[in-house]
Amino acid sequence: MQMETGTYNKVDPPDGYTAPGIFATTLDKVVGLARKNSIWPLPFATSCCGIEFMATMGAHYDLGRFGAERLSFSPRQADLLMVMGTIAKKMGPVIQQVYIQMAEPRWVIAVGACASSGGIFDSYSVLQGIDKVIPVDVYVPGCPPRPEQIIDGFRKVQDLVGNEALRRRYSDEYMELLAGYGILK
Amino acid sequence: MENSFIIDKLYKAFGQDILKMDTTSDILSFTVASPMIHDVIRFLKEDLQLQFGFLTDLCGIHYPDRGLPLGVIYHLHNMTEAKRVRIKTFITVNHPKVATVTDLFATANWMERETYDFYGIEFEGHPNLKRILNVEYMDFFPMRKEYPLEDPTRDDKDDRFFGR
Repeated sequence: MQMETGTYNKVDPPDGYTAPGIFATTLDKVVGLARKNSIWPLPFATSCCGIEFMATMGAHYDLGRFGAERLSFSPRQADLLMVMGTIAKKMGPVIQQVYIQMAEPRWVIAVGACASSGGIFDSYSVLQGIDKVIPVDVYVPGCPPRPEQIIDGFRKVQDLVGNEALRRRYSDEYMELLAGYGILK
Repeated sequence: MENSFIIDKLYKAFGQDILKMDTTSDILSFTVASPMIHDVIRFLKEDLQLQFGFLTDLCGIHYPDRGLPLGVIYHLHNMTEAKRVRIKTFITVNHPKVATVTDLFATANWMERETYDFYGIEFEGHPNLKRILNVEYMDFFPMRKEYPLEDPTRDDKDDRFFGR
């Protein structure tokens, strides 16, 4: 049978002290490891980039193998707001409301040219980038970006999640960032 | 129902208010003086031989280099005889007021709101004339040919990439 040790890619353990039956490391590394491998995305798919996201979640490209198997359309239960598609100016306050309703810790990824900067739609009705209304962590350029690029952006979000300080969401800089967008805590 | 039949009835009823008749384009199209537009549409709807009871479309247009630049275009349809007709009316930019047809056709409600949203044409008698597709704080009318196509509130564009 071919079921021997095999060449699976396992997640590397963080730095720490190993002893028989014991592994000691800092709390933020463990929490970061756990969080980054179980990100629950909220797919805010508006247009064409949403179709690329559907392909990314499909079996061929499979975002689920990175832990994002459980999508949630409820912001309360989601970690990552994936904005994929053109956002009109009328939709801006709606996106801000969805972001406000997300529970900490939360991250935002802007997939595609329209979400990052308005894309080719430089007109009176399109919001020129969602970072006009919410803070964004990762931008994935492309029109639309291929699933491999969306996965690359997701991996960058995983790096951010894994390396985040535990008290970041209570820090002054974060409060100032939110206040800059008019999101009061 | 022939075009000539409709034209005859219209001229008998409204005479000099029918300004320009055009039978060469795809459907019968004519221009009406703007004070009479409500009566003309009502006549077309309620006359027993014409019976144009379906408002297909109501939209605005802006020709910036004409004497009467703003216009409202109506498309009426007689469903029993499959006959369509196009009615146009033109008004000035300084006094962009037209009578509403929401009392005749309920669909005109949102269509007139869209025309107001994009051209600034005010429909007198409309129950709820406010913007429908754009954000409510927008202070200009986008489809008038007075504004650049690009977003005027944007401040980070590099002129080198945009041919300026």
